[in-house]
Amino acid sequence: MTKLDSNIPSGPLSDKWTSYKSDLKLVSPANRKKLDIIVVGAGIAGASAAGALGELGYNVKVFCFQDTPRRAHSVAAQGGINAAKNYKNDGDSIHRLFLDTIKGGDYRAREGNVYRAAEVSNQVIDHFTALGVPFAHDYGGMLDTRSFGGVQVSRTFYAKGQTGQQCLLGSYYALSRQVDKGTVRMLSRREMIDLVIVDGQARGIIARNLVTGELERHSAHAVVLASGGYGTVFYLSTLALASNPMAAWASHKKGALFANPSFIQIHPTSVPVLNEYQSKLTLMSESLRNDGRVWVPKQKGDKRHPNEIPEDERDYYLERRYPSYGNLVPRDVGSRAAKERCDAGYGVGDTGLAVYLDFKDAINKQGKKTIEDKYGNLFEMYQKISGISPYEEPMKIYPAGHYTMGGLWVDYNLMTTIPGLFAIGESNFSDHGANRLGANSLMQCAGDGFFILPYTIANFLADDIATPKIPTDTNEFDQAEKDVEDKIKKLISINGNETATNFHKRLGKILWDYCGMIRNEEGLKKGDQLLKELEEEFYKNLKIPGTDKGVNQELEKALRVQTFFEVGQLMIQDALNRKESCGAHFREESQTETGETLRNDKDYAYVAAWEYQGQDQNHKLHKEDLNFEFVELKQRSYK
Amino acid sequence: MKVNLKIWRQKDSKSKGKFIKYKLDDVSPEMSFLDMLDFLNEQLIKKGEDPVSFDHDCREGICGACGLYINGRPHGPLKKSTTCELYMREFKDGSTIVVEPWRSKAFPVIKDLMVNRSALDEIIRSGGYISVGAGAAPEANSIPVGKEVSDKAFDLAVCIGCGACVAACKNSSAMLFVAAKVSQMAILPHGKPEATKRVKRMVNKSDELGFGGCSNTYSCEFDCPKGISVEAIARMNREFFKSTVCKSKS
Repeated sequence: MTKLDSNIPSGPLSDKWTSYKSDLKLVSPANRKKLDIIVVGAGIAGASAAGALGELGYNVKVFCFQDTPRRAHSVAAQGGINAAKNYKNDGDSIHRLFLDTIKGGDYRAREGNVYRAAEVSNQVIDHFTALGVPFAHDYGGMLDTRSFGGVQVSRTFYAKGQTGQQCLLGSYYALSRQVDKGTVRMLSRREMIDLVIVDGQARGIIARNLVTGELERHSAHAVVLASGGYGTVFYLSTLALASNPMAAWASHKKGALFANPSFIQIHPTSVPVLNEYQSKLTLMSESLRNDGRVWVPKQKGDKRHPNEIPEDERDYYLERRYPSYGNLVPRDVGSRAAKERCDAGYGVGDTGLAVYLDFKDAINKQGKKTIEDKYGNLFEMYQKISGISPYEEPMKIYPAGHYTMGGLWVDYNLMTTIPGLFAIGESNFSDHGANRLGANSLMQCAGDGFFILPYTIANFLADDIATPKIPTDTNEFDQAEKDVEDKIKKLISINGNETATNFHKRLGKILWDYCGMIRNEEGLKKGDQLLKELEEEFYKNLKIPGTDKGVNQELEKALRVQTFFEVGQLMIQDALNRKESCGAHFREESQTETGETLRNDKDYAYVAAWEYQGQDQNHKLHKEDLNFEFVELKQRSYK
Repeated sequence: MKVNLKIWRQKDSKSKGKFIKYKLDDVSPEMSFLDMLDFLNEQLIKKGEDPVSFDHDCREGICGACGLYINGRPHGPLKKSTTCELYMREFKDGSTIVVEPWRSKAFPVIKDLMVNRSALDEIIRSGGYISVGAGAAPEANSIPVGKEVSDKAFDLAVCIGCGACVAACKNSSAMLFVAAKVSQMAILPHGKPEATKRVKRMVNKSDELGFGGCSNTYSCEFDCPKGISVEAIARMNREFFKSTVCKSKS
């Protein structure tokens, strides 16, 4: 493996993308018809990409494991999508969005990529609006915005608490229109199990049909992964249960480097764990912190009802610790602060692992109706789960695993280290550094899919126009299919006593305890050892009922859990390697006197990109140095 | 608590299905309905039996994947709730719970409680979109959209595509689903140019796929987990009527 080249164009920040884009090679409309592209995943990133590529006239096949693309987990994003429109006249700009994102990510993202994401954000809002996304408008008919964590402007566009659903549907309309036109074929209930490489290039995938159980071969001139992140590695997370990194991980094992795997965002405001049967944690949007105030009792173990605790006996610890950002500190800061209070014995609820998010003041000031307009559906959701009305008493919340900043390493073209394999949206690592700002994920997914990938993939495919359709009856496809078949047979033949879900729960607990919000050398090593032991047990005692034919949801789970064992070990290896704290990665050994993250820019201002070296081998580290030309590295402060 | 389950089991789309009874002890009232099914499946797997297949994913009421017909109602007894948002505390100790898949000709059973709802995607593909390519959109604020209009469009756009409206209807009509999309697009200024063509194509497609006509019983609205109002159907009928009297421009 040679030195990593990020292919960031030179020149002033604000001209990079514009001038680079105008020099990229093109594919003529007549030739696009002859080129096949596979898109894996149909969330906002995948559906946007497929729609845009279909519009250009490529032959596109899109895969998703759900029964329809409209279920992709982008659907659950609540609070909003950022753009640098400056509609509020509050000093926002592309440069400001860029700066906030770089700072929010604790200076561990690439300047060039982040600036570009900010640059295309305005186009994303224009496009979604035109596609029929019902963003909130004010009485004058103009788009409304609100504030989100880690910023001091109001740049977040929203559709109540269902912005992700509405943006996903926007992308789904674009995709559906192309399916209607015949440029895109939608293949749902199929899961990518492996990547097929021919002569060093990504040329196809092996997908499992989740209805028949058959393995299918699909070829293309290029493959785009839009398969999301790996936050479900913790088992309990805010993600949909089936979200998984199998496609990205299989590609990693075929040569794509995996970057910053330990950068996982723990979201501060989720409904806490209520019982041992719980399969999922539900997010309460960050937007709630616009009006909700976070607090715990000043007195340890105060068991009084929250409404009976007087004002002067409440500790609004975020406002106390971070007066300039208050309740709207970035997620990593908010999560650790909650954990700190709970660990110190001030937590509330039966478990002591919760803090209050209180709307009393907001309701008194703005009226119940206004609050209901803003957050009605979130309040309803909370009441359904907990049986408690947030209009009457504060919500109980606690941090939960949420989003993965780490992912497949890509260059400025969004191409991985495997030629012809692209990764967009959450599946890549590129835009969020060590901590993602709220409402930046929808922005990145749609930007990648609609406005970046279509340009960069053309530049790649321009050299491939003479390549005829890629045949699937070749040795490479034979071998890849056989490998998948063997892998499935091996899992089924274990025939032990414990279900994949049970292994997942245990695995998730290990990672949450030792590679979660707070990490240290000793704990990480212990976690690694426990994980390896559990993996051994998995291969001895896994139970999958049924066969590989027909619907077998247990087999689907087992394949995903198998992947999580490997991802988890790399997370730990990465966390051990990075002996600094930055963003969501908090190493206890590296903190300021007041308990904030302490970076070590001299030794760690790089992207850690890991190369797979074979089963049971440690990964090999490649470093991509982060060169900051346009921002000055500072200790991040929200005080 | 204890529950007696009567669950529809069907090997695949070609086999005949039947109800099978299961007794579950030690159910916690704090389990969600789907946690309870997971709990049942764990026990079935341990006994070497085939677990019950059902669709689910986000488990927070937004993806629309889950959809079970519980005691004769889509998504069970709660109003404005998906199956995953239903908790066992809503049932009495010792009660019998009948669980079936959505029943509709347009939604063939794949296995057990899992059905094929791709017909809903086909309806959207028949014009349930606005034809604008990436790069072609005007500046977002250049076309004002009044708050009332955007709020109304949002209320219509919250459909999660679960199919409960179809399951609730004695005619297996998908009219609430079609109408919500038709109306959302028709009231937004960006969607108006294609409104006539859109309503025609979508309604015809729904007929062609085997969904029935509107039964006017409002059961769809009653059981819609997102509370979409049948007013949408009235609006769609107006749009449809317009499309039959005005010649489509496209």
